[in-house]
Order: sequence, then structure tokens, then C-alpha cells
Amino acid sequence: MTVEALTTVKEFEVLHLADKDRQVAHGYCGDLLSDVMANAPASAVLMTIQAHKNTIAVASLVGISALVICNGRSVSTDMLLAAEEEEISLFSTELTHFEAAARVLALLGSDDAGTH
Amino acid sequence: MQEIPINTVTSANVVLELIYRLKIKDVMTTNLITATKETTLREIQQIMRREKITGLPIVMGKRLIGLVSMDDIIQALDQGYIEERAREHMSRNLIILEDDMPISFAINYFDRYRYHRFPVLNKDNELVGMITNRDITNALLIEINREVEELERRSQRIEGGILSHEMYTYRIMQNNFENAGHASTEIKKRLKSAAIEAPIIRRAAIASYELEMNMVVHSHGGRLIAEYGAEELTITATDTGPGIEDTDAALEAGYSTAGEWIRSLGFGAGMGLPNVKSVSDTFHITSSPKGTTVTVTITLTGAEERNHDS
Repeated sequence: MTVEALTTVKEFEVLHLADKDRQVAHGYCGDLLSDVMANAPASAVLMTIQAHKNTIAVASLVGISALVICNGRSVSTDMLLAAEEEEISLFSTELTHFEAAARVLALLGSDDAGTH
Repeated sequence: MQEIPINTVTSANVVLELIYRLKIKDVMTTNLITATKETTLREIQQIMRREKITGLPIVMGKRLIGLVSMDDIIQALDQGYIEERAREHMSRNLIILEDDMPISFAINYFDRYRYHRFPVLNKDNELVGMITNRDITNALLIEINREVEELERRSQRIEGGILSHEMYTYRIMQNNFENAGHASTEIKKRLKSAAIEAPIIRRAAIASYELEMNMVVHSHGGRLIAEYGAEELTITATDTGPGIEDTDAALEAGYSTAGEWIRSLGFGAGMGLPNVKSVSDTFHITSSPKGTTVTVTITLTGAEERNHDS
């Protein structure tokens, strides 16, 4: 599936849509950025509560396609600017990681892209 | 004329970094020669001559109560009260420095007040040292010499290196989360433009980011050096302290000395160094209270995907 599919989740608010055709092949949940670095697959959508600029840096370095900031955490302006600069799509949601992951998994499943 | 002809705002970056990094306690004289308020000015004059110093702090225990300078002695000789005690004639309105201040403060003080020395107090208001402009110039000379040596060593390596040899140095500042990731992003871009395979770039990015973050979180600042060879990338992270007490423990996943707010940002979970090690082809660490140096290499050639745990 592509990043654009994430915009169809009604609980996801689009904060920045970088490249809507970018591939999303996996999902990953994590708030420990070192764990995300080590274990998140490239082309994943990352569900996290770390709503700050460094998360964008991590996502960019490991090739994450999109970020979903969970639990209604508010996103700082500098994070949004960083997302624009690094061309990473950014969403926010009131859902928990688990609920958000379920939505993403449903999309991946219907896409037959499989899970990771 | 300036006492110390260094501008604390627009000097070379290397110098600015030094005068903000070096603390007064790193350069002050701690071998204190003091007198009490009952000491006579004559005795103080003799101590000054014997010790070749031009000012003597007057103390009560560890507390500083005054200062007798060469000027005070000259005046005493002139006015004929050299046999009297310090308490009558010592300067009591003293300008002092604190041992934790960077030496940039001292440089500004020497400029602003025309004294040749300042007493240095610690947080508990105890006299712990004296600082003269000479202490500062000596320390700066030593440190600047070290920086120049490093520059010479580096430029030699570039001249003597093979054609593909490139080297970049990134300064990492303590607690500068704003720019954390800058060096790693640059390294990633450079590898990408050289058409290195994605999994290898990812490993280089992970290693450099974790090393960068480690310095931001734990060190007093340092630098990250990326050297590109034809076959491999060498990343060296070197900081100026405080050192890792137990490097073996630091390499165990989950070991962390990070504070609460660092953890709240998603760092400091004790995965940094283990991550670096697992993505690198060689890994080397040395640490002392003066600083930690981690050197890793990542082989850039060869299609086989290294079996690292991810």
C-alpha cells in the first residue's frame, strides 16, 4: 500500500502529507527511539507517542515512510517543520498504539502486503 | 590594552569552544599560599618575595576575608605602617570568581577590572584557588597546541590518503537535541550519493546517530569524525568527558545512566552502544574521565548482507 491509504483512516488526522505514493510495507510501534532505530523495518509506518523533532531524524535515518503520533499527543511546530524538510508524512490520532496498529494492519492485510 | 587578547565572541571556533569548555577550576592554581588577618604586612611582603607572587589571600579557615596585593605593600612601605597587621589594611571589597564558571568569565573579568588575580570560591563559598591571567594563557596555549596537532595530523592524512579518501568532522554539543542527527544525516547523504547499498547505509546511519546521541546526552560535548575509504567507513566519536565508568556494562542492553527527561524523549534506554556494536564490522571503545572514544568501521563493499541482529 502507499502512504495515501493512511489518509482513509478516519481517526487519523493528516498533519503533513509528503509523498502520497511512497510505499508502506510494514508497521512498527515504539516509543524507545533506540529500539525503533534498531528494529523498525524500512518503509514502515511508525506508531509512537514521541512527538518531537528527534523522532523525525530517526525515521529519516532508518527509512520510515510515515509517522502516526498516538494517544492525542500534540505535535510541536518544529517537529512538523522537520517532517516537511525530511519529507516524511505525519499523522496524529487519539487512538492508542494498539488501536492505530489495528487500523494499519487492516489496510496492509487488504493490500495483501502481509505483516512483518 | 587587554589583559588577555582574546575576544570571547568572535574568535575562531576552536578558541571559543575552548574558553567555554574549560572551567576556572581546570586552570586555577590550587596550591594556595595564604595568610591570616593577624599576619603583619612585613611578613606578607616576605612571603610574596619568597614565593614570587604578587597577591596574598587572607583567610579565616576556608573563608576568604581579604586580599593583600603588592600595591598595598608598596603603600604600607611608603606610609610607614609595614609592621602593622593585615586586618587593618587588606582590601575587603573583593571581586571573586566561581570555580564552575567557564574561563570566558575570567577573561572578561581581567578585561573589565584591572586586577592581576582573582580569588576563586566554590559553591560553599570556600576559597579553593587563585587565578591569574597567566594561568589562563598557559592553559589556552596547551589546549590550542593540542588542537593544532590534531589539525596537522588530519591534513597529513588527507594529503597522503588514497584518491577516494574524504574526511568530515562534526561538532557535537552537550544537550543540543536541536541539531542531534545532523552528522548522521550528512553521512547518510554522502553514502547515498556514492550509491552504497541501502542496508549498509542504514547500518552507518544507526551507528552514527547513536554515537551522536550518546555525546549529546552523556558527554560534555565532542566531535564525530567520518572517514570514507575506498573499502570502508570509519566513524570516530570522541568526547571530552566525563567518561564511562564501566564500559562492559555500557555494552549490555538495558544498562543506562540517563536521566528521567532524556528517557521521556525516548532515549537513554541503554540500547545505544549495543546498537552501535551490532551494526558495525569493528568496534573499539576506550574511556577515562577525560573522555571516551568509540571507533567503528563499516565495510562499504561486498554484497553479502552482514548478519547483524535487527
